[in-house]
Amino acid sequence: MKFDTPATTNPIDQLKVIGKPTDRIDGPHKTTGTARYAYEHHEEVPNAVYGHVIGAAIAKGRIASIDLSAAKAAPGVLGIVTAENAGKLGKGEFNTAKLLGGPAIDHYHQAIALVVAQTFEQAVAAAQLVRVKYERSEGKFDLAAVKDTGVKPKPGLGGASDTAVGDFAGAFAAAPMQFDATYTTPDQSHAMIEPHASIAKWEGDKLTVWTSNQMIAWSVGDLAKTLGIPKENVRLISPYIGGGFGGKLFLRADALLAALGARAVRRPVKVALHRPLVTNNTTHRPATIQRIRFGATKDGKLTAIGHESWSGDLPEGAPETAVGQTRLLYAGANRMTAMRLAVLDLPEGNAMRAPGEAPGLMALEIAMDEMAEKLGLDPIKFRILNDTQVDPEKPERPFSQRNLTECLRTGAEKFGWKQRNPKPAQTRDGRWMIGTGVAAAFRNSLSMKSAARVRLDNRGMVTVETDMTDIGTGSYTIIAQTAAEMMGVPLAQVVVKLGDSQFPVSCGSGGQWGAHNSTGGVFAACTKLREAVAKKLGLDAKTAVFADGHVSAGGRSVPLGQAAGPAGLVAEDAIEYGDLDKKSQLSTFGAHFVEVGVNAATGETRIRRMLAVCAAGRILNPKSARSQVIGAMTMGAGAALMEELAVDKRAGFFVNHDLAGYEVPVHADIPHQEVIFLDETDPMSSPMKAKGVGELGICGVAAAVANAIYHATGARVRDYPITLDKLLGHLPPVA
Amino acid sequence: MKPFTYEKPRTPAEAAAATARHPGAKFIAGGTNLLDLMKLEIEAPGHLIDVNGLGFDQIEATPEGGLGIGALVRNTDLAADERVRRDYAVLSRALLAGASGQLRNAATTAGNLLQRTRCPYFYDTNQPCNKRQPGTGCGAIGGVNRQHAILGSSTACIATHPSDMAVAMRVLDATIQTVRADGATRRIPIADFYRLPGDTPNVENTLQPGELITHVTLPKPVGGAHVYYKVRDRSSYAFALVSVAAIVQRDGTGRVALGGVAHMPWRIEAAEAELPQGAKAVATKLLAGAKPTEHNAFKVPLVERTLAAALLEAKG
Ligand SMILES: Cc1cc2nc3c(=O)[nH]c(=O)nc-3n(C[C@H](O)[C@H](O)[C@H](O)COP(=O)(O)OP(=O)(O)OC[C@H]3O[C@@H](n4cnc5c(N)ncnc54)[C@H](O)[C@@H]3O)c2cc1C
Ligand code: SF4
Repeated sequence: MKFDTPATTNPIDQLKVIGKPTDRIDGPHKTTGTARYAYEHHEEVPNAVYGHVIGAAIAKGRIASIDLSAAKAAPGVLGIVTAENAGKLGKGEFNTAKLLGGPAIDHYHQAIALVVAQTFEQAVAAAQLVRVKYERSEGKFDLAAVKDTGVKPKPGLGGASDTAVGDFAGAFAAAPMQFDATYTTPDQSHAMIEPHASIAKWEGDKLTVWTSNQMIAWSVGDLAKTLGIPKENVRLISPYIGGGFGGKLFLRADALLAALGARAVRRPVKVALHRPLVTNNTTHRPATIQRIRFGATKDGKLTAIGHESWSGDLPEGAPETAVGQTRLLYAGANRMTAMRLAVLDLPEGNAMRAPGEAPGLMALEIAMDEMAEKLGLDPIKFRILNDTQVDPEKPERPFSQRNLTECLRTGAEKFGWKQRNPKPAQTRDGRWMIGTGVAAAFRNSLSMKSAARVRLDNRGMVTVETDMTDIGTGSYTIIAQTAAEMMGVPLAQVVVKLGDSQFPVSCGSGGQWGAHNSTGGVFAACTKLREAVAKKLGLDAKTAVFADGHVSAGGRSVPLGQAAGPAGLVAEDAIEYGDLDKKSQLSTFGAHFVEVGVNAATGETRIRRMLAVCAAGRILNPKSARSQVIGAMTMGAGAALMEELAVDKRAGFFVNHDLAGYEVPVHADIPHQEVIFLDETDPMSSPMKAKGVGELGICGVAAAVANAIYHATGARVRDYPITLDKLLGHLPPVA
Repeated sequence: MKPFTYEKPRTPAEAAAATARHPGAKFIAGGTNLLDLMKLEIEAPGHLIDVNGLGFDQIEATPEGGLGIGALVRNTDLAADERVRRDYAVLSRALLAGASGQLRNAATTAGNLLQRTRCPYFYDTNQPCNKRQPGTGCGAIGGVNRQHAILGSSTACIATHPSDMAVAMRVLDATIQTVRADGATRRIPIADFYRLPGDTPNVENTLQPGELITHVTLPKPVGGAHVYYKVRDRSSYAFALVSVAAIVQRDGTGRVALGGVAHMPWRIEAAEAELPQGAKAVATKLLAGAKPTEHNAFKVPLVERTLAAALLEAKG
């Protein structure tokens, strides 16, 4: 199905199932332990043995020698895979560094060996007996130090490296009100609960891997490419994923090494990355240094907007696209953005929940708060004053929907913004200094091809098959809702099967593109199935009504099961997009409001209230959408207050590589969270008229917290995370 | 993890005999620290002696009017004990500020005293660490050292002792009771229990190999207002950046100990003499000779401010 004209009325608009707050259909499996994750497929693979990954002990250099003799002789050891004995390996399209390193080492904890043994304990014990001698070479590990060596990165998902409209330099110089500040955001870890894990099994030259992966087709391609075998010979199965946040978009060492290990020992092999490897072996969100400049008229109209961002990655890597939102968020005739990418020999940087916008808004939305204060304007008024309904870089492109102002106004009303004293450091509650802050949220909505297959059987059961993944987001449920709505059956009549490369290729889970594209694919397949049902019964497909488990037209009503007959009916289709997303700009919007208390003695910040208002098209399932947003707000709170991969700038690695050292918010850190979805449909986005919310929810949160801390204390911190050491010097004497 | 053998003796005498038979053996209580370290091969004992069958799980009044706490009393039970909450509130508060409910259910009194540092270089066996592997150097000096010590550190090691409970025990003048492999018992005042790192950061306390902790005894209650302030980067489930245990009497005298700043709970009796002069004077004495690292200079003002806030609260 080609989606190239705006959606008109379709069966989804009935909203009998879609749009209802619906419990996740996979919930009972998860709470009873019957949803089996990557490492748990004992039934399909009863005879797997265990692989333990050894990570490089240096950040850059070479393996001088590697002595496997003691490890090979250890009890239970079946084989050891290294680059030396693994045979020729390619590199996946989505990997920057090789997944099996050696002799050259590109980053700390790059995998250099897999020890396979009968038991997990034997594999781990034997791994300690592998003796590796390294030759270290000098690496670059300090972004601030290498920043100025940064070059223009190749254009990628985040667009061109540079954009310019009008005359930024001239307008900035001439502006009566000017602002210029630099912000930093640290490296961050996805820190999902389930580590990367895989079980691999060969049957002849055919490979099956049970894994935990957000993008099945990408990873089938990369695994085949790395192993040098045809794609057709690789099957990936990933029905449940214990969190990914972008860390599982790609093929990683667990899957490759399980496959290599299984080939070497001629037995299925299971591999889970131990926690430190999750940090330094896989990907992370790269640190940024961002400079923001504004020029404005005295009454607060932005005339010049400049945003530059510096980040680093391994050679051939990609930048953190932190300036993306600045190209679209506020009006202003003269503007420039630029990204520069330096070489860093730290582990590979890559996508983490709202790549680009999350760190970009961490800076931009503090800058907006600072500029508003400079102008003597309320920060909400200032944002509304500079709102735009068209792409500011290409004014001929309108936004398909843009209700940012509405989000800010609704939130202000609900949060009690009117009562706020604009002067900072004025409100106390005992030892706590109280402040409130606001930030805009923005995240693009991407159109991605997505396919599905739908089966109807003689009991009237509808089964959906697509390689779409559910990373905890609720994909199972919204896909079931879509099929139920389209086929006119109750939710209980729908079975959803996901995450298997034998199913049609979906958009996968990433970039908050999962919801509207994957359900769009199911919409397309169901449309075909409706036609097949009508055709079989000789009914007019255009006027046939699918409701209550029946199809009815021309006075005839037939139960769906009967229509399917003993052989059943199958339909497969994909949603594909035309240029609607070129003609108009598809984005999602929101506003975050936060109240914090800062301990006047110790500088500890504790969040007291959080509110998000989101405008993101049709909300397919308000319950799972809310879960997405509150989870994202929690991650935003972490980004604001505590999350930072600490870099050892001599040895070149992230030191706090476990969940005791890399702190993410605990329950006690998160107060009541309220989420409001504006009633919106976006006919330009897909037949579902929906967009994503899972990343919108994190965008802007950290800046809202930062702005609230400023309001509480009068201390403006421009370096995340805002830990107490950065506030101590600004606090009043303890008395 | 390296393979190991295991036994669970029934009596202290059996336990003592077991240590004599297996040099290098380790006791295991709740296992919440030791097992983590064994999995990473930071500790690799060939033999484990499970002390959970030895009794030592009661909290009993002592003839001196104090409290005898069995080495195996769980942190949860100790924090909830009525006498502890009433007479030694600083201890109850310190315990509840530590770890998580699940961990406190498993963690024991002796295990808590003997938990090892949380220095991240100690935990990464690729990195140099004099505490883990004497003579290899200290990764934290010149590395990432925000959590590390500002007091009593050496050129060999700047690690902190991570326990909250031990800080309260220090301010309460607890005594550690032990039995040695040869059956001899002794009482070690907590002031003499922990060691500064010096040249041998691998030696953390004055226990001898195979020496078993049986009890921790608290002296008669001293009254006063009890405060435990723990400052950290998140609200729960985080080790202290700095903590302050204080007991302040109506007349303004009292006791103070710090956590998160040194290789042991930090208490300077001379500083306590300054209590009537106010927090600043106390802090000056406590922090005398402080040697912050590249990333933890903030601990100095943080101690001063936290102490001031704690004393304010104690004075009501
Ligand atoms: C994630 C996490 C967070 C934590 N957060 C905190 C915190 O915020 N604050 C805090 O204070 N602690 C914290 N802890 C540490 C926790 O308090 C300790 O792990 C626990 O107290 C150790 O007690 P255990 O009985 O489990 O000791 P074990 O692990 O069994 O033993 C620890 C050591 O004590 C020795 N030992 C045990 N019993 C005896 C005995 N009777 N005689 C002689 N030697 C003995 C063992 O040989 C071993 O060397 C945390 C731990 C974890 C895992
Ligand atoms: S501070 Fe101590 S524990 Fe940490 S690396 Fe140095 S020697 Fe090891």
